[in-house]
Amino acid sequence: MNAAQDTGETLLERAPQALRDLLTSHLPEPWRWFANSLIAIVAILAVFGLLFAALTLAERKILGRVQNRPGPNRTGPFGLLQPIADGIKMLSKEDIVPRDADHLLHFLAPVTLLASSILAFAVIPYGRHLIPVELDAAVLYFFCVGATTELAVFMAGWSSHNKYSLLAAMRALAQLISYELPLLLSWLPVVMISGTLSTTGIVAAQSAWRWGWMPTWHVFTPWGLAGFVIFMVAALAESNRSPFDLPEAESELIAGHLTEYSGCKYVFFFMAEYFGMTALSGMAVTLFLGGWHAPLPSLEFIPSYVWFGAKLITLLMGFIWIRATFPRLRIDQLTRFAWKFLVPLALVNLGTTAFWSLSFGWTGPLLAARCTVAVILVVVPFVLLGRRLSSGLTPRTYSYAP
Amino acid sequence: MSPFDASPLSPSGGAHVRSVVDEFHGDLLEVSMGPHHPSTHGVFRMIVTLDGERIVKLKPVLGYLHRNHEKIGESTSYLGSMPYTDRLDYLNAMTNNWAYALAVERLGGLAVPERAEYLRVILAELSRLQNHVCLAGFLLQDTGASGTPLMYAFREREKILELFESLSGSRMMCNFQRFGGCRTDASSEWLGQVSSLVNGFGAFLDEFEELITGNEILMARTQGVGVMKGPAAVSAGITGPMLRACGVGYDIRKVDAYGIYPRFTFRVPIGSHGDTYDRYMIRILEMRESIGILQQALRDIPAGPIMDPKAKLRGFRPKPGESYGRIEGPKGEIGFYLISDGSANPYRYRVRPPSFVNLTLLEDLCLGHTIADSVVILGSIDIVLGEVDR
Amino acid sequence: MLGTGLLQGLAVTAKNFAGSFHDPKRLTTVEYPEKKSVIPEAFRNFPFLVSENAEDPMGTLRCVACQICEKECPPQCIYIEKSKDKKPDASGKMQIYPAVFRIDSSVCMNCQICVEVCPFDAIKMDHVYEIATSERFETLLLDRHDLAKPNSYFHQIRPLEAAEVDGRLTAERKAAEEKAKAAALAKAALAAKPAAPAPAAPPKPPEQA
Repeated sequence: MNAAQDTGETLLERAPQALRDLLTSHLPEPWRWFANSLIAIVAILAVFGLLFAALTLAERKILGRVQNRPGPNRTGPFGLLQPIADGIKMLSKEDIVPRDADHLLHFLAPVTLLASSILAFAVIPYGRHLIPVELDAAVLYFFCVGATTELAVFMAGWSSHNKYSLLAAMRALAQLISYELPLLLSWLPVVMISGTLSTTGIVAAQSAWRWGWMPTWHVFTPWGLAGFVIFMVAALAESNRSPFDLPEAESELIAGHLTEYSGCKYVFFFMAEYFGMTALSGMAVTLFLGGWHAPLPSLEFIPSYVWFGAKLITLLMGFIWIRATFPRLRIDQLTRFAWKFLVPLALVNLGTTAFWSLSFGWTGPLLAARCTVAVILVVVPFVLLGRRLSSGLTPRTYSYAP
Repeated sequence: MSPFDASPLSPSGGAHVRSVVDEFHGDLLEVSMGPHHPSTHGVFRMIVTLDGERIVKLKPVLGYLHRNHEKIGESTSYLGSMPYTDRLDYLNAMTNNWAYALAVERLGGLAVPERAEYLRVILAELSRLQNHVCLAGFLLQDTGASGTPLMYAFREREKILELFESLSGSRMMCNFQRFGGCRTDASSEWLGQVSSLVNGFGAFLDEFEELITGNEILMARTQGVGVMKGPAAVSAGITGPMLRACGVGYDIRKVDAYGIYPRFTFRVPIGSHGDTYDRYMIRILEMRESIGILQQALRDIPAGPIMDPKAKLRGFRPKPGESYGRIEGPKGEIGFYLISDGSANPYRYRVRPPSFVNLTLLEDLCLGHTIADSVVILGSIDIVLGEVDR
Repeated sequence: MLGTGLLQGLAVTAKNFAGSFHDPKRLTTVEYPEKKSVIPEAFRNFPFLVSENAEDPMGTLRCVACQICEKECPPQCIYIEKSKDKKPDASGKMQIYPAVFRIDSSVCMNCQICVEVCPFDAIKMDHVYEIATSERFETLLLDRHDLAKPNSYFHQIRPLEAAEVDGRLTAERKAAEEKAKAAALAKAALAAKPAAPAPAAPPKPPEQA
């Protein structure tokens, strides 16, 4: 953060910080750092725990509305207490472990999954001054932690000693490893342009205004848009969301790797899925959507964390919207989509970004040429690869019997 | 060591494993899907042998819903079997009733008045609409579409079921047709409701198709999956939309011209690939044809009696003989074969259920496809276990 | 192609989402315990016995224990025992009545065949649907006290059918009375003559269509 921005800050912008300092100011200096960290952890757990509860309700409500029904509306006004009721129900359920299950792995899987998905929250800048841990290689850390979830899902599937769970575990491995690659390749351009792996630095690189009103978020460049879309598709797959929810494909594998889980452990899986989704959306906001920056200079009086939250929730609603609409892919189509479509596109996108970076100084007619070339570099591979991917799949016309 | 040593199927599993594509020489996995599984449409069970995710053997297990339907039919009166036919294919009570009534009418030499014939056509086509719309919803649910198409389908189906209820007293167990006519007459108000529903149905189909038919994921999931060839289908006795999807233009409404169907102009859509997508699309197109039939029937329905005056409700004892009544049900040829020995009960009562016959090729359709395809293929066959197991 | 089908689908779901807030056609749920959907007159669920008088339901049952419904019931859920004595019915004629009339509601499939075959309009279909009980044996086997409901209730749930039935019954009774009167007159007239023909047969029960 540069000093020029700090001067015009409102009281609200500093409020979380001030509140924390008020609580810890009376502690001796060596303890203060520890207390501050503790407060950050509690705050993250509380905020994202509540967001998880709200999200489950919102998902059910939105799915309901899309499907012409009101959704949950029995517990409390407008069904607002539904997450609490769900929580009480799930936590008071019996925890059933199959007799032949590998008890240790069966127990460890949800714990590992939840822990790694919570760890991912550590490096996301939620506001101007709100970043729990300032790391130089924050983006790298984020995706390393995210990769741990694959292990946990496989552990769950293997240890349950259930055929459906095993199939799901195999699917999960294939899916998560396949989509790890486009996910990583899609954010590399951002690092190329901003020249840093630190999330704070990436947000700072998107802070300027072009022509005084247009934000210089990465998503507003050709390579950024392509990267953002690839990132979001891979994020859908990484968080096991429809249409990539193959490991828990209900209509084929009952509940996949969750078949033998109940009660609290099931809640852990559920929470981890939503935490993962939220964390990936938060990272997408940071990498492509300008982090906590306001979309217009005149709107900067609204605190930065509100903007972050608004962008985050918009992306999450997109996840739900997609779930309400699409059928599920098959495992071979899923991996083909990753390796034959997303990975080549992401690689081409690296080249586009390199060109964009090299042509930084072009002005006048050259600027127009720069934009045109970049757009062509994004659109043409998309059309060519898309054509190849969907070759043979067409809407058909039908004849009638004589 | 694999945790599934309980299934001693080796890759070279002998004659009963029909096609092994064993690239990696791994163990086969035997999974019992059903009878309690989210997408076996009731209590159907498939014992699937998997090589990875690919199916090398599929054994359907039937009979979990066996209720002795045919034997009950032989021990109750002709009238008493009518409500039981509702429970065969419980989505299409109206067409089941009609096929049974047709068989008994042929046995007893009864004529059906004009108005009753029109009512039967209207109810059968409404039944076809709600069956096909249900099927589309279930099929898309099986592909994993989070319930949205299913809910839209059920929204429209509910309107049709409400019409059935206000005419026959029950949404699904209609018990409406009688030998020689229909049980109650339809008011002009009811016919008006039908025509407003029919006129709005095309718009619903348009929206439904916009939602899903052009969806690339659906095409990827269904095109080229579960291909059935016309000759195989004919030799297996497949009927209905399943058969027409493989390009055989066989529709009993045209072939038999039962009832008053020759009076209506309608076309019979046929597919060219015989895959799951064709089976889905044929049903959508059939619904559009049904709308046309309904509009013609509602325009032309005459006033008049709805029962043959010769028909007797109680103590119906046809002369000894046999008869077969079949109609084009929404799922295919639904037929009833009756032998009378002159007593009050049929001597032999046999149902020709379309769901059961259509199910016979399931293994051939599924072999070589993945486990995810097997539920989609099963969904596209359109079975109701009440009819399969009887 | 190239994702246009996916975008079209998203547009349709968005339209439905927005529509659910202002268009009743896109929010069709009837929230059951608070609101109930309107039951059409033809709706049938569970048979009941019609009695003429609400004060004395057992004395004025239309049922004459002819046992036709017992015989015709497809799942055979009806059990009837005839009475040994006779009681006057609504028109004052002496009739047998059902000493025991039971319907096993766990077996009944609401097919309405008992109603169709009944020559006396004595059994009709009800509109009840909240009939779940927690007691498995006592409450599922209904006897005639549970089954009897007055004609006024029948008028309430099925006004059209009840009016038609009442009209028909009154006409039949009137005809029967006149016939009986004529028969009595003929008898009186013939009493003088020794060679009297047999009195007219009692009116046959009306045939159902």
